[in-house]
Amino acid sequence: MKIHEYQAKELLRKFGVTTPRGIACFSVDEAVKAAEELGGPVWVVKAQIHAGGRGKGGGVKLARSVDEVKALSDEILGMQLKTHQTGPEGQKVRRLLIEEGADIQKEYYVAALTDRATQKVAMMASSEGGMDIEEVAAKTPEKIIKVFVDPLVGLTDAQATELANGIGVPAASLDKAVDTLKKLYTCYMETDASLAEINPLILEGNGNIKALDAKFNFDSNALYRHDDIVALRDLAEEDADEIEASKYDLAYISLDGNIGCLVNGAGLAMATMDTIKLYGAEPANFLDVGGGATTEKVTEAFKIMLKNPKVKGILVNIFGGIMRCDTIATGVVAAAKEVHLTVPLVVRMKGTNEDLGKKILAESGLPIIAADTMAEAAEKIVAAVAGK
Amino acid sequence: MSILINKDTRVVTQGITGKTGQFHTRMCRDYANGQNCFVAGVNPKRAGEDFEGVPIYGTVKDAKEQQGANVSVIYVPPPFAAAAIWEACEADLDLAICITEGIPVRDMLEVRNKMKQKVAAGGKETLLLGPNCPGLITPEEIKIGIMPGHIHRKGRIGVVSRSGTLTYEAVAQLTDLGLGQSSAVGIGGDPINGLKHIDVMRMFNDDPDTDAVIMIGEIGGPDEAEAARWCKEHMKKPVVGFIAGVTAPAGKRMGHAGALISGGEDTADAKLAIMEECGFTVTRNPSEMGKLLKAML
Repeated sequence: MKIHEYQAKELLRKFGVTTPRGIACFSVDEAVKAAEELGGPVWVVKAQIHAGGRGKGGGVKLARSVDEVKALSDEILGMQLKTHQTGPEGQKVRRLLIEEGADIQKEYYVAALTDRATQKVAMMASSEGGMDIEEVAAKTPEKIIKVFVDPLVGLTDAQATELANGIGVPAASLDKAVDTLKKLYTCYMETDASLAEINPLILEGNGNIKALDAKFNFDSNALYRHDDIVALRDLAEEDADEIEASKYDLAYISLDGNIGCLVNGAGLAMATMDTIKLYGAEPANFLDVGGGATTEKVTEAFKIMLKNPKVKGILVNIFGGIMRCDTIATGVVAAAKEVHLTVPLVVRMKGTNEDLGKKILAESGLPIIAADTMAEAAEKIVAAVAGK
Repeated sequence: MSILINKDTRVVTQGITGKTGQFHTRMCRDYANGQNCFVAGVNPKRAGEDFEGVPIYGTVKDAKEQQGANVSVIYVPPPFAAAAIWEACEADLDLAICITEGIPVRDMLEVRNKMKQKVAAGGKETLLLGPNCPGLITPEEIKIGIMPGHIHRKGRIGVVSRSGTLTYEAVAQLTDLGLGQSSAVGIGGDPINGLKHIDVMRMFNDDPDTDAVIMIGEIGGPDEAEAARWCKEHMKKPVVGFIAGVTAPAGKRMGHAGALISGGEDTADAKLAIMEECGFTVTRNPSEMGKLLKAML
């Protein structure tokens, strides 16, 4: 789960990290009031969407008067902000952050994330703050410093000092940077984040260290113990179909192709998508119905897939283990009837009660195309969609 | 022979009284030597009772002492699953198999580091399989986990995969071609887990009753590349490799910075290229895993 920048900064402040003063706004009037409350002479008007690259896309602007704050807020609020992370259609800006200006002397990058290989928490830092960190990693990887933190010990003073020194924090501000790194680590652990990034972390003229922008992702497995973080979820920033699917415990991700697929198990679902591509078409979605698919779940899965106007055919690939093929077949038949399916449907079933499942499909009176292997299923649906 | 488990393994089920634990304990006991292998269950509140004749103990330690259990299988709900893994380690079992899906990553980080700390201090190492895995099976001997037993046949091919249903897919292809399996291992899809591809490949390499291996991976993380590089130096047996997720959109499943740390080698294409370079026979068509392997024997 992701949150907005202003929410990330509130979270960091709770853990003692210094940030600029700022107020989140939902309208131009609120933005003007916020600017007056904060006082000048400089304000930053920042679009709040769940995507990076907002500055380059024109979603972050500097204002030198309240009137300018008003004009810029009016311009940014409601715009379709396009960044390298939003896709070509962009994301509508519904919230703003009005913030006081900062006296930036130097910009750094710091982040905490879980490292699979070492099974530790990686703390990364770079002297090249304010830039896309992927770009830094590609062009000047030596400018990224990492330490690996044992969660049973925590980030030590020595490690934090190594990072702060490594990115060139001046001696006079070293203690402040070490303190910020340790607080970032604590915040990362205690909120069950999967990524906590401050970019840039700035050094001000007076020697203070401040988080100028921040980004968090949270481990969805741990949300059950963080009601306060769940409350920060902004559904307007998420895909409506993905939200609908999650209500039925279906893992769904919409993609750009025209063949819908319904599969049990994430690995098999990806393998099915890959097979569709191998036979010359593109999948319209990833959809994992999980281990305990009921008729209701399968029906909802069909409805969600068919909401996508690009879908010109559906491939169902089920490996019946604990979930029996006859149960799925009954679900598929009921779903196809309920949604008055008009696009071609190929079903591949394998495993427990496979024969019974195939019989139910054959006797349903529906024009279901049967297949024995994943490859045959992909070949058949691609051909059917092409009208061959 | 086989890897990790065989007919002499004695299993304690943690979470035997829950719906999932009950169902799968029943299925596992009905498979091959299951009646002899599944010797105990654990539930602190129901010690002294039994589940369909399987005695229930208050702790894993009691189950080990009373019934000689050396392997545990865990169906405990996510909030308590990491503690269950740790209990199996403290009881010095050989192997803990955690089926539970949805354990917070922080809990897994903590328990994995505790496990390593114990070994570093000279304690006995308990191997961990999973979490979020289907378990493992040595066909016609013992099944520990949630895989459908009937698709497996005893034989000489090893299978290792992160994904459950994709493991079944590979096994079924082999069985349909008349090739049985020595062991089929699901290592699970979570980012912080126990045994990795490389560990299981080592075991298959050392197992005199395994002739060849199908190794299946997914996008994300460095594990498959690491295993492939190890195989290039040490593996004496042919390996067929497949990576799921060529079509998976970047950044949907994992944050950008996660990919950064693993050095940009975590896309399906990158992993397939490394595996091929390391001598695997790789395929982009998951329906051909069995056929390709058969052609290599």
